Amino acid sequence: MRSEIEISEKQPSAEVVLRLRGITKVFGSLVANDDISLELKSGEVLALLGENGAGKTTLMNIIFGHYVADSGSIEVFGSSIQQGSPHVAIELGIGMVHQHFTLADNLSVLDNVMLGTEPLWSLYSNRRAGRQKLEQLGERFGLQVNPNERVAELSIGERQRVEILKALYRNAQILILDEPTAVLTPQETETFFETLKKLVSGGLSLIFISHKMQEVLAISDRVAVLRDGRLVSELKTAGASETELAQAMVGRNIELPERKALKAGEPVLKLKSVTVRAEDGRSALSSLSLDIRAREIVGIAGVSGNGQTTVADLISGLVEPQSGTLELHGEVVNNFTPRNMLRKKVGRIPEDRHSQGVIGDMTLAENIVSESYQEPQFSSYGWQNHLNRQRFAENVVSKFDVRGYSANSPVRLLSGGNMQKLILGRVLSGNPQLILANQPGRGLDVGAVAYVHEQLLAARANGAAILLISEDLEELLKISDRIAVIHRGRLSESFPRESISIAQLGLLMTGQQKTPTTNNQSTEADAS
Amino acid sequence: METSFAWLEIFLNASFWVAAVRIATPLIFGTLGEVICERAGVLNLGIEGIMTFGAMAGWMAVYQGAGLWTGLLFAAACGGTFGLLHAMLTVPLGLSQHVTGIGITLLATSLSSYVYRLILPEVNSPPRIQAFEPLEIPGLSSIPLIGEALFKQTPLTYFAFISVIVVAYVLYRTPVGLAVQMVGENPAAAEAQGLNVTLIRTGAVVCGSAFMAVGGAFLTMSAFNAFFFNMINGRGWICIALVVFASWRPGKALLGALLFAAFDAYQMRLQQLLGAEIPYQIFLMMPYVLSILALIVMSRRVGYPQALMIPYRKGER
Repeated sequence: MRSEIEISEKQPSAEVVLRLRGITKVFGSLVANDDISLELKSGEVLALLGENGAGKTTLMNIIFGHYVADSGSIEVFGSSIQQGSPHVAIELGIGMVHQHFTLADNLSVLDNVMLGTEPLWSLYSNRRAGRQKLEQLGERFGLQVNPNERVAELSIGERQRVEILKALYRNAQILILDEPTAVLTPQETETFFETLKKLVSGGLSLIFISHKMQEVLAISDRVAVLRDGRLVSELKTAGASETELAQAMVGRNIELPERKALKAGEPVLKLKSVTVRAEDGRSALSSLSLDIRAREIVGIAGVSGNGQTTVADLISGLVEPQSGTLELHGEVVNNFTPRNMLRKKVGRIPEDRHSQGVIGDMTLAENIVSESYQEPQFSSYGWQNHLNRQRFAENVVSKFDVRGYSANSPVRLLSGGNMQKLILGRVLSGNPQLILANQPGRGLDVGAVAYVHEQLLAARANGAAILLISEDLEELLKISDRIAVIHRGRLSESFPRESISIAQLGLLMTGQQKTPTTNNQSTEADAS
Repeated sequence: METSFAWLEIFLNASFWVAAVRIATPLIFGTLGEVICERAGVLNLGIEGIMTFGAMAGWMAVYQGAGLWTGLLFAAACGGTFGLLHAMLTVPLGLSQHVTGIGITLLATSLSSYVYRLILPEVNSPPRIQAFEPLEIPGLSSIPLIGEALFKQTPLTYFAFISVIVVAYVLYRTPVGLAVQMVGENPAAAEAQGLNVTLIRTGAVVCGSAFMAVGGAFLTMSAFNAFFFNMINGRGWICIALVVFASWRPGKALLGALLFAAFDAYQMRLQQLLGAEIPYQIFLMMPYVLSILALIVMSRRVGYPQALMIPYRKGER
């Protein structure tokens, strides 16, 4: 069937493998996709760029059959498909790597891959053949994973490989990758791009969803930009510029915040050879020392899982050190509870907004006062003061530009960026003297990241000490005054931002180098 | 000195082992059924009622003239029907599995009594039926202790052991078993692989409930030969605990059921031995206390099905 179409086309290589016509999808009052028409040609990488909530994932979910479009049609290899069934999509050669991986942690890699590939009622599952096919695919595309390993034991990068293998195992010709790099470290991202190149040379056509412009420019052939559910721009990647794309994506000019030199003040946080045992799935910290002064942002770089979470938990009061001391304003902290840390003016922006930052089913207002509801202005004699809470919440919502919903809507309806703004508002309205910002820009679009950085820099100018934990080196280099690297629970000394490069940080992150050499320090620093 | 070792001599008596295996049989069926439901992500607290109804239905069918195996099949079908009701409410409608399950138990238990009274309005003591007879396996049954315990039972006990093997095989070695595991672990993943989550969950609950009903039917068709009110007497709830004890594995479910049954058989014999000195309620309590202790030890590190009790709604954001 496909070959017939190829013959009729003038250029066989430019065969259209997927065609969307006028796709529209409405959720309640939100128009997620508004009359989108799009084509994917054979062997190309089409990047779908857009801010959070622009409708990228919705569109892809419609193609893959998770949703049914309210209107519009989809053609795969020239024949239109019945929507609303992943089964049909898979049969036609569409594979999807979901942003939140669809893997069962307690089952093996092979189980996850083979699920649904055999007739449901066969009395026997040919696991040997399955394992062989999986290993061959892994070899061919450089996606080696142990088929017998439980998914729970795999790293994030390996899990993503399993997601891709799942699609390849079903002979996918069109692969949709939904924000594949959002969860990857810089190193993993590089390997991942190699994989994508192998997939394309292996004959696949890819749709790559992202909101990171550098990645889009690096990997795609063509870019389609979505904004507010509409397709606003479609252009060839060659010749496109970052600013051009950013403008199309956001629809306005974004001013990137700038870090101004400030004189750091008194030390706010002092960690003296703090050791924490590995427990409850946390990695250990060994003899960690760090000072952060007022009006200073100290960044901690590192590959995920090297102890960052433990540092964050320590400063949030969720874990107690086995030895060493933590001082705030020269006072040793003995009582490691979240409440005590709050009382000592520590503000926390947690790594995982959904599970640690907010309570999804409670309202914006309730979430805004969730750290301060015991204060006299919000409660007295055991009664809540709704009026004050409401007033305060509305003030935070408007001041921190939380958009889309009223103070009485449940928080889970907010997009990632707006949720982060709400958390920022909660933290900053408490005037914290130490702010723990754990991956504050993760999963946010350009505009929201710029806003978060701007607010953190403003807090710094107001005298706060900020600990920024991030896996995004560009983020660290953009706003930190000093950067230290964590590797296997050990923290390097901290280096002034001006004297360290991405390359040096990369080496430290893999534990290869103790201190950066001083001879080539100026090159990278000047570049930004 | 003579009496001081009597509590040990119980273990040398073949009748103890025979009783243990017999007591274990309904628990094996019930636990197996619950494992199937929970592996698919649906807690089925209807088990107590479904076992009761199974006990009544199988027995009543035979009393009305049906063959023993037909009666058993009828009991299984009744169980499956209650399972279908439970699944309809909890899977596509996504209602609370706790509340629905308790509702099913109350409904099925009351319906059992109602149907019983409807068909036999003027009977004082429930009539007995010609039940399953013990079936000796030639050769194997002459092995001391084990032979008598394992190979001189009624066909339903053999059926229970075979069911464990079949369920384990299906769960771990066939595509449909993998699908059941997957909808209990991550329904979104199952759907992304093109499977129908609602259908698989419903099927698993129906099948699991049929097993529960067979467990109940064992009591009336193979043990007591008549139906009494309250005869399930918490066995369903024990199965719920045994599932956790077994970490949702059919093989360990068999082990757990046998262990619990052995405690139960043992305490009955201890009662006879020491009943004069110690109130018998202490002994009645023993298996339950031990099962709580075993749960504390065993369930600390179990990996329960991750989507257990979480309704799945397609296309929800």
